[in-house]
Amino acid sequence: MEQLVDARGLSCPQPVIMTLNKIKELPEGEIVILLDTDTSLENVKRAAGSKGWKVVDLQAESEDYRLVIGKQA
Amino acid sequence: MKNVFATKWGIVIVGGGIGVLAALLQFWGNPANMGICVACFVRDMTGALGLHRASVVQYLRPEIVGFVLGSFAAAYLFKEFRPRSGSAPVTRFILGFFSMIGALVFLGCPWRALLRLAGGDGNALLGLLGLGVGIWIGTLFLKNGYNLGASRKTYTAAGWIFPAIMLALLVILLLNPQATGDPQSGVLYFSIEGPGSMHAPLIISLVVGLGIGFLAQRSRFCTMGAMRDLILFKQVHLFSGLLSFTAAAFVMNLLLKQFNPGFAGQPVAHTMHLWNFAGMVLAGLAFTLAGGCPGRQLFLSGEGDGDAAIFVVGMVMGAAFAHNFGLASSAAGATSGGITALIIGLVVCLLIGFTMREKVQA
Repeated sequence: MEQLVDARGLSCPQPVIMTLNKIKELPEGEIVILLDTDTSLENVKRAAGSKGWKVVDLQAESEDYRLVIGKQA
Repeated sequence: MKNVFATKWGIVIVGGGIGVLAALLQFWGNPANMGICVACFVRDMTGALGLHRASVVQYLRPEIVGFVLGSFAAAYLFKEFRPRSGSAPVTRFILGFFSMIGALVFLGCPWRALLRLAGGDGNALLGLLGLGVGIWIGTLFLKNGYNLGASRKTYTAAGWIFPAIMLALLVILLLNPQATGDPQSGVLYFSIEGPGSMHAPLIISLVVGLGIGFLAQRSRFCTMGAMRDLILFKQVHLFSGLLSFTAAAFVMNLLLKQFNPGFAGQPVAHTMHLWNFAGMVLAGLAFTLAGGCPGRQLFLSGEGDGDAAIFVVGMVMGAAFAHNFGLASSAAGATSGGITALIIGLVVCLLIGFTMREKVQA
């Protein structure tokens, strides 16, 4: 099942908290994160990177971002 | 395009740049240890419009106008203008209101707390300690599901409203220029003594404000976020900007002979340690619950965030009450009314933190 975090519309630091909570549940795999500001995107990428997760894919859909991060054990 | 300002070195350079400019603004005429103080300057603007009548703190600060319009320009230029609103506006208004009460009991926003420290004012240590404690309490709420909910995309014109208000204020300032020794010019009030009478030339204040607004929008510089991310995520990114801001202001103060260490007799400050501390506990908690320090709220307003704009309007209202009701401190210290308002503010912020939580999945 796809692991999804929808943080659209939420302001700092909620997108990071939600992403880190999801990372806590998963030792490895992929997480799809929906975001709508560049600030959130930068913050989430930075936080995920610090936990050893890498950006797998990033797509801009109209004004939103669809970020996929992944980690292999 | 990669945003160089949001990199590790980007935030350090922006923080340092703002620190240098803050010290220079003081050198060019702004009040001592107040090159930039978002809370104080919003308060001064409130006074300039006659919404409070404390005659020593009335001046329509062009820096604030510049912060919003600079951010607005950067947001447009880099396609980050995102008109949005609808995330608990009244709550944000109240948080803005009480953050101002707390800041005016201490006498400064986080930026000024750091600038006071960089100028040698030891009382700032109590304020910064309080700020840290307030933010720490805020992070406990964040960890337990505190969330004001999502905003929604809205009309482009809605995102223009707050920058347009700032532009209108600038026009009003230009149409009602200050006359030497006159406390009033047309519809605006101007302090002829006290901190409100001390200011850099209009054009310098405006240009520096625009520059800082632009850089801060790009870098997401935020003093509250700096401490919050350090406490909550053990992240030093924004904190490195805060450190370079303080260090740069300190070095510039030494060079400009603006460094005067001590506790007693510091400019626009008092020595009541408990209330310096407690004022910033309230401010720090309110900023954390609202997601940004006063400066950051201005920059967010510039990029179309209507909820941040409501926070700023709350600050204006807080400033008006603070001076009309005698809640703001002075060099003589905190007032009994200010202490009462501070306690009410703490209770209100705690209630907001406890009651506005989504259920956390274990």
